[in-house]
Amino acid sequence: MIELRDVAKTYPGAGRGAKPFTAVEDVSLTVAAGRVLGIVGHSGAGKSTLLRLVNHLEVPTSGRVLVDGRDLGALDGRELRAVRRSIGMVFQQFNLFRSRTVLGNVAYPLRLAGVSRAGARARATEVLRFVGLEEQARRHPEQLSGGQRQRVGIARALATSPGVLLCDEATSALDPHTTGEVLDLLRRVNTELGVTIVLVTHEMDVVRALCDEVAVMSGGRLVEHGDVYDVFARPRHPVTEVFVRSALRDLPGDAARERLRARHPGRLVTVPVTRDAAASARLSRLLRAHGVDFTVAHAGVGEVRGAPLGSVTLALHGEDADVDAFLAGLTAREAARDATEDAPHGATREEAHGKAVA
Amino acid sequence: MHADWHTFWPKVVDATGETVYMVLVTLALSALLGTGVGLALHTTRKGGLLPSRLVHTVLNALINVIRPVPFIIAIVALSPVTRSVVGTMIGTDAAVFPMVVVATFGVARIVETNLLTVEPGVIEAARSMGAGPLRIVVTVLIPEALGPLVLGFTFVLVALIDFSAVAGTVGGGGVGNLAMTYGYLRFDTSVMAVSVAVLIVLVQIAQLLGNLLARKVLRR
Ligand SMILES: Nc1ncnc2c1ncn2[C@@H]1O[C@H](COP(=O)(O)OP(=O)(O)O)[C@@H](O)[C@H]1O
Ligand SMILES: [Mg+2]
Repeated sequence: MIELRDVAKTYPGAGRGAKPFTAVEDVSLTVAAGRVLGIVGHSGAGKSTLLRLVNHLEVPTSGRVLVDGRDLGALDGRELRAVRRSIGMVFQQFNLFRSRTVLGNVAYPLRLAGVSRAGARARATEVLRFVGLEEQARRHPEQLSGGQRQRVGIARALATSPGVLLCDEATSALDPHTTGEVLDLLRRVNTELGVTIVLVTHEMDVVRALCDEVAVMSGGRLVEHGDVYDVFARPRHPVTEVFVRSALRDLPGDAARERLRARHPGRLVTVPVTRDAAASARLSRLLRAHGVDFTVAHAGVGEVRGAPLGSVTLALHGEDADVDAFLAGLTAREAARDATEDAPHGATREEAHGKAVA
Repeated sequence: MHADWHTFWPKVVDATGETVYMVLVTLALSALLGTGVGLALHTTRKGGLLPSRLVHTVLNALINVIRPVPFIIAIVALSPVTRSVVGTMIGTDAAVFPMVVVATFGVARIVETNLLTVEPGVIEAARSMGAGPLRIVVTVLIPEALGPLVLGFTFVLVALIDFSAVAGTVGGGGVGNLAMTYGYLRFDTSVMAVSVAVLIVLVQIAQLLGNLLARKVLRR
């Protein structure tokens, strides 16, 4: 288990007279064993700094870091290095040793941990088999593709069987296909080996594909932290909203909305689609009750952690009075529902005349 | 007047032997000392493994003072020190002393520069695995920079052949001394030609060996 208690990191300003810079401020965060936490935020938000605080590559200016109950700040150099062996780390640029073979890279942390040459070889081979690179053991990093290099990086980080894996933008240097492979591997690391993963990324798709929880950073602070589905369904902070938008893309953009209005002269209404299956049944019943028909004008529904999430925009057809009654009924239900259940980005809204009903 | 080649060839062989001796001894000592200073420079820099502004500034200043001094001036300037350390001011050992002093600081700068080619991320990776500073120097920093280091040392080796010839002209022995005493003072152009040829061959051999070794290290 990882516990950050009110950690802050202030870098002394570079050069004479430069102002100190606070990269991380007042962050408290707990990651339970076996979980996968994604930390997202814009560039410069302090994500990497926060991650580096976890294994004390960066010592916090204030606050405490506890890993499995041990306060890293209370350890001496030797003890700290021992703890680091129980925390693997994976990097955006892989950071493999060019002077060593693939096997040599993976064996390196084992040798540091005092494992014999033969023992290190055997264990390294085993880990390489786990990441599917046994065949490449004798090659050098520059002979491998980006995806293979990152798998070596992961194998190296896992060699000493750590309970925690820290990933700093582990897929950001990779193409989408290779990213998928690496994410699949990380998922296996979590499910098959039970390793706790803390992953820094600026891609919400990575969070959606892999994480149980997500934490959002902005300006060095933690502005949101919660279950991935909940945060996707109901982002609270504007920065979170931007990130969720980037992955969900369920609402028509402004230009698309103009086109929709031109194409559908009737009333438009956007309704959320969530893991609450009863909601669409209610919608269907309400349409029938008021004798309102619809055509789908726009829809964006994706899966988040195995459950549907998104919205559909319907163009409504019927007598004005019926449509009004339907919308009133829908809004009433939404208002009641809103307090208790998932509703992406607030709630239902009527698009006609640019007026939000919710 | 021309040299008697029968008695002269053994002198060429001896002089070449002396040059090789001066160069190799200087290389060994300056590599050892210079690598130490270079590592100290690299590790004490800001954000380094063992940052120390004081040590870094002092070493840096020392290098910047010594390096621009022309070698021939350094020999003269150091001669009192040479005499007290080596006991004499002539001969190969007397030449080796200023060569080592000057080469050490040259090597230090070359080592520091080449260590800077090692990506900080790689060092960070080693730290994240629980490696301490000394361990990182030995198992990461030096192996990762070995290719450029070999080329840097080759450069030093070639420069030392040049240095040894300069030292030879002012009483240091070796091929430089040969060229001076027979070629220059006795106006013997053929001896001068032989001396130059020997120096060229030595430089070629040094460069070739260095390139071969670097290629092996760099796997290209
Ligand atoms: N060693 C350092 N010294 C000074 N400033 C730093 C250092 N490392 C990071 N920073 C600054 O801290 C801020 C956060 O950096 P970082 O944690 O790398 O952000 P992120 O990973 O979210 O892009 C940035 O503004 C960066 O310039
Ligand atoms: Mg970063």
